[in-house]
Amino acid sequence: MNWTWFHKWGSPKWFYEMSGAWLRALAWAAAVLLLLGTVWGLAIAPQDYQQGNSFRIIYIHVPAAFLAQSCYLMLAVAGVIGLVWKMKLADVALQCAAPIGASMTFIALLTGAVWGKPTWGTWWVWDARLTSMLILLFLYFGVIALSQAISNRDSAAKACAVLSIVGVINLPIIKYSVEWWNTLHQPATFKITEKPAMPMEMWLPLLVMVLGFYCFFAAVLLMRMRLEVLKRESRTRWVRAEVEGRA
Amino acid sequence: MNPIRKKRLMLILLALAGVGVAVGMALLALQQNINLFYTPTQIANGEAPLDTRIRAGGLVEEGSVQRDKDSLEVAFKVGDGSKSVVIRYAGILPDLFREGQGIVALGKVNEAGELVADEVLAKHDENYMPPEVAQALKDSGQFQHYQGGDAKETAQ
Repeated sequence: MNWTWFHKWGSPKWFYEMSGAWLRALAWAAAVLLLLGTVWGLAIAPQDYQQGNSFRIIYIHVPAAFLAQSCYLMLAVAGVIGLVWKMKLADVALQCAAPIGASMTFIALLTGAVWGKPTWGTWWVWDARLTSMLILLFLYFGVIALSQAISNRDSAAKACAVLSIVGVINLPIIKYSVEWWNTLHQPATFKITEKPAMPMEMWLPLLVMVLGFYCFFAAVLLMRMRLEVLKRESRTRWVRAEVEGRA
Repeated sequence: MNPIRKKRLMLILLALAGVGVAVGMALLALQQNINLFYTPTQIANGEAPLDTRIRAGGLVEEGSVQRDKDSLEVAFKVGDGSKSVVIRYAGILPDLFREGQGIVALGKVNEAGELVADEVLAKHDENYMPPEVAQALKDSGQFQHYQGGDAKETAQ
């Protein structure tokens, strides 16, 4: 098997040169998709027969919850790559993604609470889905705190990678919590592999929002990673040339 | 892949499998505690503890809601297809409360086997649809088919 495409990622310089163009494309895609999805979801999609307009919070809640989990999976994959292949960029990705994932988890919990008050009659209930999502938020906080607490960069990278990998156990628990136990939270409405539990005119704007959130996440992650790479490699010749060339 | 990397990868996968098994067994042992509510069948079979606050969940049975004329007191039956339990509650019910709706009530079971609730939450199912579609489904008698998902979920 040819591994050259993979080993290229070991070079921060190669990453910095390539990611500029990706960043531009992703930022545009995110702006267009989020704008389209917001207008479509909030203004054009029909009301729900039971919840009326309050169901529209799904257009933020579901994409944020998707991202919160995908981002954690990404942390774990980056953790494995960092531990096994000792790639510097893996730790950069892990450190830069953790705060974004934490914000997404927070948004999912907050929008869920705002929706839960009128629909269920309570802001919060300790059911399996809500609790496992809260644990995910604490796992993100753990990764962030751990990287700040250890001053040696290599030890911090190792500790964060291990925590990310162990925490990945929580992801199937979040996903299947609504099926394994009696919960107040309903099963998934937005499905890709099966027929979704909502009509097309509600589902399509949600799909657009989900894709928009992914592009937004990727764009913000690349932005943060490029800055972090410049900081970490600040003593190398190519970074000096890059910074001085701009100045 | 060179042997050192392969070994490290194996070690990580092994550790992950170990943690997975440990968490899985812990969750299995806590099965009853993680369930948010007891079903009416469980309460009728005496699986739910007496004299402690428990949650009961199920569908509000059609035609069972009795409201008191002078106060906010309300009594209704919650069932899961086989058994049902009477729930008494005084307070404001959530907007989604209606006959046929899934609900979760928190309270104590009294001597008569009724649950005296001090909190009633509505459970929403995963089905979203525009009002016109819901009306059309009701007219054609297909609506129960859609509600079936929630009934199954609640009756587990």
